[in-house]
Amino acid sequence: MKQLLAFVRKEFYHVFRDRKTLLILFGMPVVQIILFGFALNSEVKNIGITILDNAHDVQSEQIIAKINSSPYFKVRQPALNYKDIEHRFKEGGIKCALLFPVNFGSALYKTGGAQVQIIADASDPNTATTLTNYLTAIIGNYQQELNPAAKPAYQIIPEVRMLYNEEQNGSLNFIPGVIALIFMIVSTALTSVAVVREKELGTMEILLVSPFRPIMVLIAKAVPYLVLSLINFIIILLLSVYLLDVQIKGSIILIFAESILFIITCLSLGLLISNITTSQQTAMLVSMMGMMLPTMLLTGFMFPLENMPKVFQIISYILPSKYYYSIIKSVMLKGLGFSYVWKETLVLAGMAAGLLTLALKNFKIRLS
Amino acid sequence: MEDNQSPSTVGRQSSTKEKAIVCKNLTKQFGDFKAVNNISFDVDQGEIFGFLGANGAGKTTAMRILCGLSYPTSGEAMVAGFDVYRQQEKIKKNIGYMSQKFSLYDNLTVLENIEFYGGIYGVQGAEIKTRSNDLVSTLGLEKEAKKLVGELPLGWKQKLAFSVAIFHRPKIVFLDEPTGGVDPVTRRQFWDMIYEAAANGITVFVTTHYMDEAEYCNRISVMVDGCVNAMDTPANLKKQFNAHSMDEVFYELARSAKRTGD
Repeated sequence: MKQLLAFVRKEFYHVFRDRKTLLILFGMPVVQIILFGFALNSEVKNIGITILDNAHDVQSEQIIAKINSSPYFKVRQPALNYKDIEHRFKEGGIKCALLFPVNFGSALYKTGGAQVQIIADASDPNTATTLTNYLTAIIGNYQQELNPAAKPAYQIIPEVRMLYNEEQNGSLNFIPGVIALIFMIVSTALTSVAVVREKELGTMEILLVSPFRPIMVLIAKAVPYLVLSLINFIIILLLSVYLLDVQIKGSIILIFAESILFIITCLSLGLLISNITTSQQTAMLVSMMGMMLPTMLLTGFMFPLENMPKVFQIISYILPSKYYYSIIKSVMLKGLGFSYVWKETLVLAGMAAGLLTLALKNFKIRLS
Repeated sequence: MEDNQSPSTVGRQSSTKEKAIVCKNLTKQFGDFKAVNNISFDVDQGEIFGFLGANGAGKTTAMRILCGLSYPTSGEAMVAGFDVYRQQEKIKKNIGYMSQKFSLYDNLTVLENIEFYGGIYGVQGAEIKTRSNDLVSTLGLEKEAKKLVGELPLGWKQKLAFSVAIFHRPKIVFLDEPTGGVDPVTRRQFWDMIYEAAANGITVFVTTHYMDEAEYCNRISVMVDGCVNAMDTPANLKKQFNAHSMDEVFYELARSAKRTGD
């Protein structure tokens, strides 16, 4: 036990004296939270629009005023002609354009129907669809104001409720994903590098010649990163609650317990990677490519899994982070209890046990 | 620990008591390849034993077996009175090891390195304190005790690494090319430390490529292609091969090698 303590203390010295490790450890969570919370926002807001108003009548002006007051659009300098619109799209200052024909107002009143043209930059199809929907809604809204008396005889009004996230706080969805990502980096990547570093330096030999048990070497390596991951977790939770207004709805104890389980899974993965690699770079690369990228892409926190080809969906089932992500989402955001996540927990626990056994068994006690 | 002999080794004890290392027909085979081929030798307690051989001759493999890092394929070996097959853990407690690669942690201070190695060898906390203070003053490192090891010159690092290797007072210390890349003056000082350790009863088992260092050993063995082809005091070996220096002896022996270095 004392031997272990001496070893763990040494590991902490390593971490706190290495600026790069410290930066990854504590700089990254903060940067990620801020990046995902503020910069990488998928919400559509303040999008540049240009308007070619050939009509210049009351009706067109009224519609433009409505667009102007909407938070989704920022009306840029009006376009001079059709060619100008194309030019502006190419420049990139605008994402959509609205065209009023010359006789817009008079057509509306005389023939009872008028046309406008909406042009959207569909190189980003999701945004383009959202924008045209918003514009159509604004125009439809104006249309209703024009004839308040003429209500259709039968009308269905959908009442939409955004469950679990009424204010549509965009941070909610990615917080569990970012947590999983950070655990992957801290627990998997840093642990594997920490073990491989000893191999590279040649100190591993000395450790193996000592009476210190080889398995204890792995435990001593894992303990500091378990502690650091938990500290990181607390930082992320605090940032999410106070900076991004995320409400933690479920049991905080359950969240912690599940997180410890996931950290252990990640640590085992890290140890396993350290067994099969001999240089720090390879270890880092394997952790990043093999673990982090799939976590980002295939857990469903950035892109919906349901839309992916079957192959990727199957691959996603072997990713521990997928289960953790789904557990944390259920507990933290929906406030569900253990009875709703026991299946995922069981899978995760199985993975942790399997990976840990594999890592410990494969650890080369005798250097080849 | 000395009286912790397992029953099967008790019979041999009388003959091996004063021997630090006993090897008999030791062989290590990887597939068809005999890395160590039927070697036999004894090392006395307090002796400085030079273990020579060209790269690839099988020195490292033999040393690994003796350090409890690998099992022999056949043959017998006792290290510090313990069997290499069944008592690896006890062997590990009674030996120190210093490798050709620099083995201290650069981003730990001198004292922290000592504390760490003392700690994993199970030396008591208070004992670590007094011994490390002694060590620092013997090495003349008082001013540097709280400095990171990475800031020390290589020669000092090597001397410190050796002191750390014998910090837990082992019976035998294994040195794997300990003086690689060190200047001649520091090497000389390093050997003074080895002599001092031997005078204190520690058996020194050392591999080296420097033939002047081979001359410092009490006895040396030369390995060629997995076998020990010569073993005696440096003076006797020179006489036997009719050579002026150990260089010539070594060249004479190594010339017959079929394996190329790794």
